[in-house]
Formats: sequence, structure tokens, C-alpha cells
Amino acid sequence: MIVFSDQKLMEVKEIISHYPDGKQKSALLPVLHMAQEEFGGWLSVETMDYVAGLLHLEPIEVYEVASFYSMYNLKPVGKHLLEVCQTGPCMINGSDDIIDYIKQKLNIQVGETTPDGLFTLKTVECLGACGYAPMMQYGKTYREHLTKEKIDALIEECKVKNN
Amino acid sequence: MTKKLLLEKIDVPGIKTYDVYRREGGYRSVEKALTMKPEEIVEEVKKSGLRGRGGAGFPTGLKWSFIAKPEGIPRHLVVNADESEPGTFKDRYLMEFIPHYLIEGMIVSSFALGSNVSYIYIRGEYAWITDILDQAIAEAKQQGWLGKNILGSGFDCEIYTQRGAGAYICGEETALLESLEGNRGNPRIKPPFPAVKGVWQRPTVVNNVETIAAVVPIINDGGEAYSKIGIGKSTGTKLISACGNINKPGVYEIDMTISVEEFIYSEEYCGGIPHGKRLKACIPGGSSVPILPANLLLTTAKGEKRLMNYESLSDGGFATGSMMGSGGFIVLDEDQCVVRHTYTLARFYRHESCGQCSPCREGTGWMEKILKKIESGNGEMKDIDLLWDIQRKIEGNTICPLGDAAAWPVAAAIRHFRDEFEWHVNNPELCLQQNYGLAHYADDIQVPA
Repeated sequence: MIVFSDQKLMEVKEIISHYPDGKQKSALLPVLHMAQEEFGGWLSVETMDYVAGLLHLEPIEVYEVASFYSMYNLKPVGKHLLEVCQTGPCMINGSDDIIDYIKQKLNIQVGETTPDGLFTLKTVECLGACGYAPMMQYGKTYREHLTKEKIDALIEECKVKNN
Repeated sequence: MTKKLLLEKIDVPGIKTYDVYRREGGYRSVEKALTMKPEEIVEEVKKSGLRGRGGAGFPTGLKWSFIAKPEGIPRHLVVNADESEPGTFKDRYLMEFIPHYLIEGMIVSSFALGSNVSYIYIRGEYAWITDILDQAIAEAKQQGWLGKNILGSGFDCEIYTQRGAGAYICGEETALLESLEGNRGNPRIKPPFPAVKGVWQRPTVVNNVETIAAVVPIINDGGEAYSKIGIGKSTGTKLISACGNINKPGVYEIDMTISVEEFIYSEEYCGGIPHGKRLKACIPGGSSVPILPANLLLTTAKGEKRLMNYESLSDGGFATGSMMGSGGFIVLDEDQCVVRHTYTLARFYRHESCGQCSPCREGTGWMEKILKKIESGNGEMKDIDLLWDIQRKIEGNTICPLGDAAAWPVAAAIRHFRDEFEWHVNNPELCLQQNYGLAHYADDIQVPA
């Protein structure tokens, strides 16, 4: 059932209060972030329709926004999403090797999820950490100066979290 | 040693917190500003010569003076923290380690512009930095620097953060405003400019994080004192984020009188190139500005030492110069392949094109495909001319500057490194195994050991 808790609904109300009256559409991006976090790491049609109802929008207004921004997942993803940067400065510092290593270690291609549903590997474009390359986004933070050892440790960390 | 303004206190333990920040002299500029008239603050910013630090370099005081003041319609300040230009990570550094600096600058700037509700639009991936800013805003509010009737001045101000969700284009100011309204980040046709019709059709000023932070020392010490730092129209200090093949990647505050050579090779800054390798090329101002080969990077076509400032970096125009841009400084050593690097940038711009204008939507994808073809040893000589032709047809033919930003790196790579493209075409198997190397690009220059 796609419904925010009372506490989350209070948060939505608080966000809407940041904008002028009648401009609650401005809350769409933050509320989609909340919804993705709450409802399984991705935005199903049901989730987007729920958000549309909350903000008094037509569903299409939510779909067109959700499909524009790269951080919204429109398909299910693994429990742990590894998003490795591959733009110029990271490439110079060996991001291709890091991506290959993760592919080999998890036995998946970019864009795929492991059969146990634990990991999804994605490549992303510049995340603003060029001086700390190669890097990836994991959850709310960045993992920087990546090495094969750090990848091993991160994957272990994720598996432990899951037990 | 460069005089530090923004990063002077960055190493003070606990500077992230309100108490330490205030003890170190924080929020003095708000106390001073609230005794001034808003017009006087705009005047000081004009006097300072401060130019927008996001990339365009437009004079900030002038931008502020454009804001329309229709009766009864609220105005807004929106800070652009959608830092997404490859090579650029300076705003993140400032917000992560000394967040109150931005908040302080925003309160002063909001007062100058008459904005009672101001926003920080921050890229969605900087989620933990948004939390840091929210914490700083809450502290500032608790101490009476935000809210109603600040310091008894009668001025009310609230600041809210808003996270984007992964879209480079939202760093373009009208796309940013669309996104803040909850829409797709499609840039608007100008005019009207945001200063007349911005967010929710209200007069709005959009400024970069570093620009707004610079307002703090300008108010504390006066615009004139600020204008005396630096050289010519490059006044004050500039944050440079340095990356690529250098010993000490990171964020540096420079006054804009130092040479590019000093910046790359001195221990105070990048500390030279690792493993004794030689400099091949550099993109000095973020991925959209033209790449320069080592010789033209260190010395202008006129034979003068190139300096780290707006005028010197653009000396020679696009034929032999580049741009200051956002200060994203990407260094490539002799082992780097310019074709491959340009390919990753073309892929970036294809990914980030909003799709509104066909020259950009179609052209960026086309350039990416051709560059990949050449890079993977399948290129033909005519592809190089085709690539040149496509970038020319994108430049200047789009609503926003993303089209130019995608065209310029490709144009500069062909302009300065055509030999390397031709070598790929002539050596389809060899180019998969080894890089073209330095060739003649750096043979005639003296690079410090």
C-alpha cells in the first residue's frame, strides 16, 4: 500500500510551506525523493499517482518530471545501488578499471541487478568530485579515491548490512 | 602566498558549527549591512568588481541593479548550487566545510535585493551537503540571524534548500527556476530575464554559491578593498578546483595574478605532475571551455606568460586561448588520449541535453557516436570534418548555452589536436593499444622539473 506515514505527511506539509500559496507543485522534486526512499528505491506508476494526488497535480505532470531527472529510478533497482562516475576526470584516474572490476566481481553488466536483488550497477556522468576520482555515489554520500580493495570492502559492508 | 578570504578559516577546528564560526568573526557583515541602505550594498558590490563565479563572469553588482521592483510583488534570491560542470567541485567544498559563509552572504544579499524568502537550489547528489546547510540555517535562525525582524531592523528573511534530482542543465538559471517550480529543467527563452520574471514570474536574481559568499568580505572590508586584490577586471579571489594528472588535486583560493605555470607546478597549489610525466594539455575552466595544448596554456600567442584570470585565460580568443569558466581545472599528462577524453565529454553533453532544441538534442548524440567511432579505430578522415561541421551547426543555434558548451570542447580538440585524430584514423589497430603521446605539443616548451 502506497501511503506516507503521518510523520512523512507532516514533512510534505512543511515543504509545501516553503513556497507561495498555490505553488505546491514546487514541492514535486523533494516529495519524489521522499517517495523513492520510502517505497522501495524506485517510482512505480502507483507511487507517482499517489504523489500527484498529494500535490493536486495531474499524473502526467509527475511522470514527465520523474522521467526527466536521472536520480529517479523508473524501474526497480537492487537494495544497494552503485553509481560509478565515468566522465573525463574520473576516466583519467581509472574509472573504466573500477567499472570493469565491479562487473566482474558481481557478474553483471552496467544497468543490471544481481539475481539475489542485492546490487545494481549504474554508470553516471560527473558528480562533482573530480579531485577525488575515481568515485561513486552510494546511498546519500560519495565513496572517493576508489580502489579494488575499497570496492571489495564496500561489497562486504553491503552484504553484512543485509544479514 | 595568496591572501585568503573565503578559505581563510577553513582549517579552524569546528568552523562548521555556528559557535566557532561566530567566534571567528562570522555574521559581522550582516550586522554592518543592516545599518546600511540596500542601494548602498549594491553600490559596494558594484565597486568591488565582483564577477559571477559560476562560469559566465557577468558583473554581479550590475546583475543586481537589473532586478525589477514592481509594487506589491515579492522578489527572490536563488543561489545556484547545482554544481555539475565536469572538473568543478569548489562550491561543494565551501558548503561542506564552512556552510555558514554562504548563509551569511545570503542574508546580506537578500537584504540588498529585498528578498524575504531565498532559496538554495543544490544538485540532488549533494544530499549530505543539503543536510549540512539545513543544520546551518537552523542554527542561524535560532540565533536570530534569520526569521522576523532580524536584529530589530524590520527585515524578515527565510532561507530554504531545494534539492535537484540529477540534471546538469538545471545549472542554467532559467532551467533552474523551472526545476524550482517543480517542472522539467527546460531553459526558458529570454527575454524576459529572471530579473524581471523569474521564479513564479516574480523578479529573481540567481547567483552562484561562491559569488554570494564573496559578498561577505566585500561588505566587511568595503568594495574598494576587494577591488584592489587581483588584476584588471579580475578582482578579488577565485576558487579553483584542480583535478586530473596533478600531485595535489583539490580546491585552492587564488588571487588572479599568479601564472598558470605557478599554479600547476608550485607546491602551494597543484604540486606538479605525478611520476615526472610531462604536461600535454589542460582544460582550465570546466569541461565546456576550450582545451589548450601545453605550449598555449603556459604562454599566450603573444609570448606572454599566461595568468590565472579572466582576461589572460581568454587571451587570443578561441583560436589560441580558452576561458576562466567555473574554475574547473583539468590537467592531462603525456599519457592521456585527447580523442578519448573528448569522447567522454561528448557523452556527458548528450546525456545532459534537455532535448528542447534539435541542434543540441541531435547534434550531441551524433558527435558522441563519431568520436566513439574514431576512438575505437573505426574512423574515417571525413569523420573529422563532419565532426567540425556538426559542432559549428550547434553553436549559437540553441535556446541556452548548453549547445555552445557541447560544441566548444569538440571544436578545440580538433583545432589543436587534429594530428591525433588523424593518427587514430591512420592507425586503427595501434590506437587501441597505445596513445598518441605528446607529439609536438610540448616539445618546444620548457617545463620545470
